[in-house]
Amino acid sequence: MQLKAPHLLGIEQLEPDEITLVLDTAESLAEISRREIKKVPTLRGRTVVNFFVEPSTRTLSSFELAEKRLSADTLNFSASKSSFVKGETLLDTAKNLEAMAPDFIVMRHNQAGAPHFLARHCSSSIINAGDGAHEHPTQALLDAYTIRQRKGALKGLRVAIIGDILHSRVARSNILLLTRMGAEVTLCGPPTLIPREVERMGCGVTHRMEEALEGVNVVMMLRIQLERMHAGFFPSLREYARLYGLDARRFQRAANDAIIMHPGPMNRGVEIMSDVADGNASVILEQVTNGVAVRMAVLYLLAGGVEREEAAA
Amino acid sequence: MKKLLLKNGRVVDPASGRDAKLDVLIAGGKIAEVGAGLSSPDAEVLDMKGLVVCPGFIDMHVHLREPGQEWKETVATGTRAAAAGGFTGIACMPNTIPVNDSRSVTEFIAAQAAEQGTVAVYPIGCVTKGQMGEELAEMGDMIEAGARAFSDDGKPVLSSLIMRKALEYSQIFDLPIIDHCEDPVLVDGGVMNEGDVSTRLGLRGWPGVAEDVMVERDIMLAEYTGGHVHIAHMSTGRSADLVREGKRRNVRVTCEVTPHHLVLTDEAVATYDTSAKMNPPLRDESDRTALIEALADGTVDAIATDHAPHHSDEKCVEFALAPFGIVGLETAISLCLGLVHEQAITLERMVELFTVGPARILHLDKGTLAQGADADITVLDPDRELTLEAASFESKSANSPFLGWKVRGAPVMTLVGGRIVHDARAISPSR
Repeated sequence: MQLKAPHLLGIEQLEPDEITLVLDTAESLAEISRREIKKVPTLRGRTVVNFFVEPSTRTLSSFELAEKRLSADTLNFSASKSSFVKGETLLDTAKNLEAMAPDFIVMRHNQAGAPHFLARHCSSSIINAGDGAHEHPTQALLDAYTIRQRKGALKGLRVAIIGDILHSRVARSNILLLTRMGAEVTLCGPPTLIPREVERMGCGVTHRMEEALEGVNVVMMLRIQLERMHAGFFPSLREYARLYGLDARRFQRAANDAIIMHPGPMNRGVEIMSDVADGNASVILEQVTNGVAVRMAVLYLLAGGVEREEAAA
Repeated sequence: MKKLLLKNGRVVDPASGRDAKLDVLIAGGKIAEVGAGLSSPDAEVLDMKGLVVCPGFIDMHVHLREPGQEWKETVATGTRAAAAGGFTGIACMPNTIPVNDSRSVTEFIAAQAAEQGTVAVYPIGCVTKGQMGEELAEMGDMIEAGARAFSDDGKPVLSSLIMRKALEYSQIFDLPIIDHCEDPVLVDGGVMNEGDVSTRLGLRGWPGVAEDVMVERDIMLAEYTGGHVHIAHMSTGRSADLVREGKRRNVRVTCEVTPHHLVLTDEAVATYDTSAKMNPPLRDESDRTALIEALADGTVDAIATDHAPHHSDEKCVEFALAPFGIVGLETAISLCLGLVHEQAITLERMVELFTVGPARILHLDKGTLAQGADADITVLDPDRELTLEAASFESKSANSPFLGWKVRGAPVMTLVGGRIVHDARAISPSR
């Protein structure tokens, strides 16, 4: 079995069996990272451009590791070093990248829809590494992998996603993935940070943290950014922490074996307190570890897609 | 000038309440006679069998881009597009470079139109100097140069005080203040309708309420001052309700809607297609149906295109970075005839919204086929089937979400002052 589309632009495009395929593939590839020689020749001779228009450390590192472990040739093309800052349009940058004939372009961009734009104008396989407030599909996949590792299955689980939903691509991809896989998702945050009509994505919404946590199996905390306070979404980080910060006392409302997740980077003392971030229920570092295997799986499966196209041509 | 006799057409002239198989005789650039079985030995006879003969259509909301952005459109190309689209007159918005806030710019536009224009051009002057919303512009001076209305267009008059003064001052001339109703603070950088689609796409929302609050303010100020406010490109059901209520109280409020808000919803943005990005944005289905209801029940006074040409380089960028606006002159009539075929509105009503409707708002002596009127005429083939294509556009720009649409009904001939400025009657339907 293979992925249907040549790109990974979002969870939106994935059917449940494709999601399962990525997770199963990641499971078999995870073992490579535990070997002494952490490298296989799967993508030897293939070129991957990591095109990061927005700063990122962990996603870029995770992709780079995944690419290297599969023996791909990688090239990092970041906004600060490119002609992008000199006013070149995305279209021209895309065409220039294309002229170097990479097999994959992994793209991080601050504008929603930018990878879709690239996919329309390039024949390389595009992987969305986060586009504006839209999607971050590999994050949702690694989150699902981590949950599955701990809980066995996604179906029937109750998941709370707490924080700045409005600006979060992690939240959108997770809502799509988890609801598609049969989990029950409740969003929680101040009404100013909950996007309009988000219930139509198939999730519940509450503004009270105690209610969101009641009996859940998974608590997913989102990073809150200081600039949101200046934009008037909430009065102060102090008040935010009091209303929506996760600590051990509040976490007691969750199911006994509940796990705590965070896509990072964390604001300790704001959305998450150290007692729970570093506690037994936290799987935050497992998420980072699993990110590599999941991104290897995505590259591996999309490479199969490229092969399929070549065979057809 | 040669006499013309339009024979055997269906004449639809809402201003006179006429809708019948009649002939139209044109002499000296004027309507000489409308009646059954007309003949005139020295007139050229044009067969209108199967066609609808209407007063010339007027588009009261067009961006001609000249002066200043001639790579997008000029007076010459924009008026050619108008003629091809079935319009005999267009009003052009003042957001040129420099903005049309003074007699000299109005005169320049009028001169370009006289020299290179294919159809009549009615310049709209700024409400305030520099479109800055602070001091009133010289309305009287601009009217002498040909201005027919005032608007700060894309930069709505934010100050209620200035809006009050504009609605008072404009009463000297009895011309409307046209307002692009948008509270920019509330819109806060929104790029598409705020709702489930913007949430799904992660794009910043432009909520309909940011239009409604300004519509309500304008209606209240018009009521208080007695001035005439015209709501440009109304896009929400709530705004339609407000206008309907205002009219019931005899407030001097009129409004226009665009064809694209009548046929598309925000779902058109789902692929991040920048040709579906305009301001105000495409709304949801409930707004769309409410606007059609407002067309049918008489709340809406005019259909206007908000023809907003942009170069493909400008539109071929990330969605949020693309400029707002789509071209509309050459697709409007076909789209609206689609609404007629769907029986959303009658043909008579559609013609009214394109003719006597805008003529009344702008106090133009146009929009009728009465004897002695200027022979501005739009001829429609309500059943012509065609595919909308950029290649056939006269406009310099092709930023349209309707390319590739198969439509039924099209404008086939345009006459301005008795002169044929566009004739596509002979073009085969499968062009």
